[in-house]
Amino acid sequence: MSTINQVQSVAAQPLSTPAAGAAKGMATTSPPARKPIRARSRDRETWIRIVFTAAGLFSVVVMALIIMFLFREGAYLFKTVSLSDFILGTAWYPTYDPPDFGIGPLILGSMSVTLVSSLIAVPLGVGAALYLAEVANPRVREWVKPGVELLASLPSVVLGFVGMVVIAPLMQELWDIPTGLNILNASLMLALMAIPTITSISEDALYAVPRDLMEASLALGATRWETLTRVLLPGALSGVGTAVILGMSRAMGETMVVLMVAGGAAQIPTSIFDSVRPMPATIAAEMGETPFGSEHYYALFAIGIVLFLLTLGFNLVAAWISSRFQQKGAATL
Amino acid sequence: MSWHSLSARKMREALAFMVFRLAMLLVLLSLGGILLFVLIHGLGALSWEFISQPPRNSMTEGGIFPAIMGTIYLTLGAILVALPLGVAASIYLSEYASEGRVLRIVRLGIQNLAGVPSVVFGLFGLGLFVVFFGMGVSIMAGSLTLGLLILPTVIGASEEALRQVPSTFREASLALGATRWQTIRKVVLPAALPGILTGSILGIGRAAGETAPIMFTAATFYTLYLPDSVFSQVMALPYHIYVLATAGTHIAQTRPLQYGTVLVLISLVLGLSLVAIITRTRMRRTKKW
Repeated sequence: MSTINQVQSVAAQPLSTPAAGAAKGMATTSPPARKPIRARSRDRETWIRIVFTAAGLFSVVVMALIIMFLFREGAYLFKTVSLSDFILGTAWYPTYDPPDFGIGPLILGSMSVTLVSSLIAVPLGVGAALYLAEVANPRVREWVKPGVELLASLPSVVLGFVGMVVIAPLMQELWDIPTGLNILNASLMLALMAIPTITSISEDALYAVPRDLMEASLALGATRWETLTRVLLPGALSGVGTAVILGMSRAMGETMVVLMVAGGAAQIPTSIFDSVRPMPATIAAEMGETPFGSEHYYALFAIGIVLFLLTLGFNLVAAWISSRFQQKGAATL
Repeated sequence: MSWHSLSARKMREALAFMVFRLAMLLVLLSLGGILLFVLIHGLGALSWEFISQPPRNSMTEGGIFPAIMGTIYLTLGAILVALPLGVAASIYLSEYASEGRVLRIVRLGIQNLAGVPSVVFGLFGLGLFVVFFGMGVSIMAGSLTLGLLILPTVIGASEEALRQVPSTFREASLALGATRWQTIRKVVLPAALPGILTGSILGIGRAAGETAPIMFTAATFYTLYLPDSVFSQVMALPYHIYVLATAGTHIAQTRPLQYGTVLVLISLVLGLSLVAIITRTRMRRTKKW
């Protein structure tokens, strides 16, 4: 995350809002012959500032609209289904008569793929970041880093496709299991999506650790590995933590991979070779076949609320960690 | 050789660094493996006909022309939405905002918007654009949804580009009597333009590859015709891959078409990213302010 090192130039100060307001006041009282152009241009500057501030606030407005529309549609479900039946219910049969809208298995499905994928992605992602920051020489890094960025830009539907046509048959043959579309396969593909997030944010955190701390450690005779485990990693811990949480959040919200590769069975998983139906997959698979305004339609929006709140929680925790434990100069360490 | 001897410590260091190398190697090999696999299988399906013709025979033959055009329309629409809004927001962040509650709220908004799952964007687009504004499943609704999805990407890249313009540029302009807006328009923006464009290319690449947000807002299974207005449904490459690979009775039969479509999509998306990455590296090397 970029920190705020605002460029505050001295010359720009008179243009800040209170000064511009004062100029407006002056313009009405002083002789009109001398001031108007200046006053008008200051007036205009104020308006321009307001327009850009509004553009900045637009993202907040979009967030508010997302929340509004999710709840507007999702709330209808709770006229007929209680919140606890919805969250804790173990049966998801939305098209039966009477239907069952229990998303317990879907939540567990999401959690299982998120957990397993982070078990794969965290060591690899952090390891790759440590490689970039500590091991690679600059020339190699210049070639390797774009590779990580390319992985980040790989469309999720492509990873889903590869999971379906390559990994699934391979797994089926290798372990003699009924289906290759399962938690492990989905987690592998999700891990590939989470790794670039984890690597690039961790790498930034590693670079943010003051060099003089590491030099001090090296000067005392510690090896680079000892410096890494006792100085660099403790110093970068909050940033690496943020990276891991954002990576998990990405894995939990990712749709196409789990839609194509997780198998789609709305059951409570008991092994990593079980098929699951994570929340995003359920929404994506069923929204197309659901009439507008049906109970099922509202239920899918309600799942959207749960998914949104979970990922929002992850992101807020990440933001909190990075601001709470942000290192403020070398002296505080 | 004791645990604490220098050679043992050096050995542990070498071992640990080897593990990191392996981690990176594994990541790069996965990427390389995927690309190679798609390339080998996809090249066979590629032909001029594949790129320039619509699907035939209930999508078991023919090409993917409507899907390519659909993806181009959707991404152009998305960037038309995201670029002005994103650049304006980044100008606020880098040129106008001062520390305080408003800035904190704006940053929190952008960060969390970047973390909203793509399928939730799809639901939002369905609720707001398709149903509430009555746009129907259309290019318009899909472009707006994708545009909001890539907004944080564009804001992030533009802000970085604006911040890299040295403050002496601004001070010189202001000292000459230019207003802040004149300084932004005539000095800061031109200097930051290459960086902003790089960021938008990344945004376009992201929009082109997304599937979930357009599933309920823009994409259609199959249409013979190219869209005749912004309120038409379109085929799109990512959705086409999903449909061919999972639905219907001809999954095995259309495998070559699937590989071909994946190759076209990957070339488009990775090509854009590569252009952006190379431009950025070049810029960093040549530009010494």
